[in-house]
Amino acid sequence: MTDSSASNSRQKRDFGLKRRYAAERRFRLFGQAAIGVGLFFLAALLFTVFSKGYTAFGQTSLNLDITFDAQLIDKNNARATDPDVLLTPNYAVLARDALAMKLGLGKLSSKDRKLVDGIISNGTKVQLRDMVMANPAIIGTTQNIWILAEADIDSANKGQIDLSVDEKRRKVSDRQLEWMAQLKADGTLAQRFNFGLFRNGASSRPEMAGLGAAMIGSLYMMLIVLVLALPIGVAASIYLEEFAPKNRFTDIIEVNINNLAAVPSIVFGLLGLALFINFAGLPRSASLVGGLVLTLMTLPTIIIATRAALKAVPPSIRSAALGIGASRMQMVFHHVLPLAAPGVLTGTIIGLAQALGETAPLLLIGMVAFITDAPVTPLDPATALPVQIFMWANEAERAFVERTSGAIIVLLMFLAVMNITAILLRKHFERRW
Amino acid sequence: MQMNTKFKPLENVPLNADPSPRAISICAEKVNVFYGEKQALFDIDLNVGANEVTSLIGPSGCGKSTFLRCMNRMNDTIDTCRVSGKITLDGEDIYSRDIDVVELRARVGMVFQKPNPFPKSIFENVAYGPRIHGLAHTKTDLERIVVTSLQKAGLFEEVKDRLQQPGTSLSGGQQQRLCIARAIAVQPEVILMDEPCSALDPIATAIVEELIDELRQNYTIVIVTHSMQQAARVSQQTAFFHLGNLVETGPTEKIFTTPDDPRTESYITGRIG
Repeated sequence: MTDSSASNSRQKRDFGLKRRYAAERRFRLFGQAAIGVGLFFLAALLFTVFSKGYTAFGQTSLNLDITFDAQLIDKNNARATDPDVLLTPNYAVLARDALAMKLGLGKLSSKDRKLVDGIISNGTKVQLRDMVMANPAIIGTTQNIWILAEADIDSANKGQIDLSVDEKRRKVSDRQLEWMAQLKADGTLAQRFNFGLFRNGASSRPEMAGLGAAMIGSLYMMLIVLVLALPIGVAASIYLEEFAPKNRFTDIIEVNINNLAAVPSIVFGLLGLALFINFAGLPRSASLVGGLVLTLMTLPTIIIATRAALKAVPPSIRSAALGIGASRMQMVFHHVLPLAAPGVLTGTIIGLAQALGETAPLLLIGMVAFITDAPVTPLDPATALPVQIFMWANEAERAFVERTSGAIIVLLMFLAVMNITAILLRKHFERRW
Repeated sequence: MQMNTKFKPLENVPLNADPSPRAISICAEKVNVFYGEKQALFDIDLNVGANEVTSLIGPSGCGKSTFLRCMNRMNDTIDTCRVSGKITLDGEDIYSRDIDVVELRARVGMVFQKPNPFPKSIFENVAYGPRIHGLAHTKTDLERIVVTSLQKAGLFEEVKDRLQQPGTSLSGGQQQRLCIARAIAVQPEVILMDEPCSALDPIATAIVEELIDELRQNYTIVIVTHSMQQAARVSQQTAFFHLGNLVETGPTEKIFTTPDDPRTESYITGRIG
C-alpha cells in the first residue's frame, strides 16, 4: 500500500520542469535579441561614420610648376629694403597661370578665368605668399609644388557630386569636369593624404579646414583633467573610504558625489562660466578653463570608481597590515591602493574618455570659437574635438559632411586608444599579483 | 559573575604578591565592549600568563574573538566599537593615551582565522613588518630576520628555494605558517591567534599546533578556538566565554576535567554551544 502510493506520487509529482526550461529559453532569447539589437546599431553607426568619413583623409591636390614671376611679385625690386611689399601681390594669379598653361589654354577669357580659378583652392595664395616670405630667393624661379584643389572639385573628384543634375544647378561645370579628366590623366590632379586635416585650424573653406586647433585643445584639456582629477579624486576616495568616520555628514557627502555624477554636463559649463571666467577672470575659450570644467565633471566618476575599487580589496589584507603594526597610511599605500590600482586606472580612463567626448559644457565657456591657429599654451583660445565636430556638422558645404565624419573617426580613434590603454594597464597591474 | 579564585584582578593582589608562580603578561580588568548600543563583553577580568598558551573557548558569538581583538586594539578599526575598562601589557595600560597603537601592534602580533598573506612574494610578506618598523638596517639583516622567522614558523625548509614566489601560491597550511612567520618577524611579545586552524585540514592543523607549542618558549600566546580538543592539546590555561561573560578560567586540565561552573561543563560535554 505504502509502496504503491509512493510510486504513484512519484509519477504524479509535477516539478514544472517543462515550464522552467521554457522560461529559461525565453530569457536567453531575450538576452540574445538585446545583444543583437545593440550590435546592429553599433555596426550601423560605425558603417555610416566610416563610409562617409574615410574620404576626408584624402584631399584632391594639383601638382603645378609655378613660376614666381618677379614682375608680378616685386615690380620695383624693393624687397631688400621693405619686405612688406611681398605681402600685397595677387599670388593667386601665379597658380592660375600655371594651371592654364598646364591645360594648354592661351589667353583666358573672363569666363574661363573664373572657371580656372574655381579649380584652385582659395588658400593657395596664402600658401604661395608664405613660401615667398619664408624664402624670397625663389622669386624668379619655377617651383614644382602641390596645391589644394577647391572643395567642390575635391567633392567631384571623390564622386560626391551628382553629375546627372543640370549643369546650371551644379557647382562644377562640364568644362571643369573635362579639365579634371585631362589633369587626372597626366597626373597633375591626384588624391593625396590629407595632412592638413591634422594640422590646420578652423576655416570657412572646407579644403583648408582641419582639426589641429581642436586636437591640441583636447590634448591640453585631457592633460589638465588627468593632472587634477586623478590625484584629487583618488585622495578624496581614499579619505572617504579608509579614514573618514562613518557618520551622517560623510553619508551626505557620499550621496552628493553619486548625484553629481548624474548632473547634466551643461550645468558644469554654467558653473565654469560663473566661477572660472566671471569670478576668477580666466580667459574665455581657453583650454585651461575647459580642462577645469571637465575636471569638475570627471571627479565624481573617478571617485565612484576608486571607492568601488577600494571596497573590493578584501578586508583581510587591511587586517593583516594593521595586525603587524602598519599605520593606516602604510596600510593604504603599501597594500590597499596597489590592489585597487587596476580599478582606479579603469575609472580614470573611462572618466577621461567621457570628458574627451563632452561638448555641452565647452559651448558655455566659449570654446565654440572659430580658432584658426593652433593654441600654444593652455591659456590660448582653443576648441575641442567634439566641439569641432558640432561646428562642422552645422556647415552647409558638401565637403564639410565628410569632414564631420572624418573628425568623428579621429575622435573614435582617440577613444579606442584610451580604452585599449586602460585594458593594457589593467592587465599589467593585475598580472603583478 | 563567577571568578576563579586563582586569578584576582591586580588591584587586589599586587603582581609581586601573586600567589601563582606565573608571570603575568596581559591583565584585563573590567573590560566592557559595546558595538553601538549592543554590549558584547561584560566586565571581563582575565590574566594571561607569560610564555604560556591561553585558549579562549566558547560558543559562537560569545565574545572571545572580540576580547582577543581588544588585546591589540584591532577593535579600534570598527567605528561603532567602544571599549571600557583596563587592559595592561606588562603593567602598561594599552588603552592609555601614551600608547601608540602602531607600536602596540608590533608588540602584540596577530594571526587571523583565514590565512591572509599579502599578494606579494614570500620574502616580502615576512620582510614587510621589519621594514616598516625599521628593525633591519642592512639587506643582510633583513634576510636574516626573514630566514629566522620562517625557520621559527617551520616553513623555511619548504619554501627556501622559492622565496620570490607569491605567498598566495602556498597551500592553506603553509599560508597560515607564513602569516605566523610574518607576525614573528616584528619580534612581538605576545601572539594572538584567532581560530588559526579553522580553515586548515587536519594534517596542516597538527603542524600548526606543534608550532604553537614550540613558540610558547619565546612568546605569550592567546588562541581563540572552536575545537575543544585543540584547546586541550595546545593550551596551559583556558578561559570559557559565554554570552559575553567570562564564565571560568583556570588551568586547561582543570577546566576540562573538573570545571567549577555548570555552564562550562555543559559546553565541554557538548550540551550547549
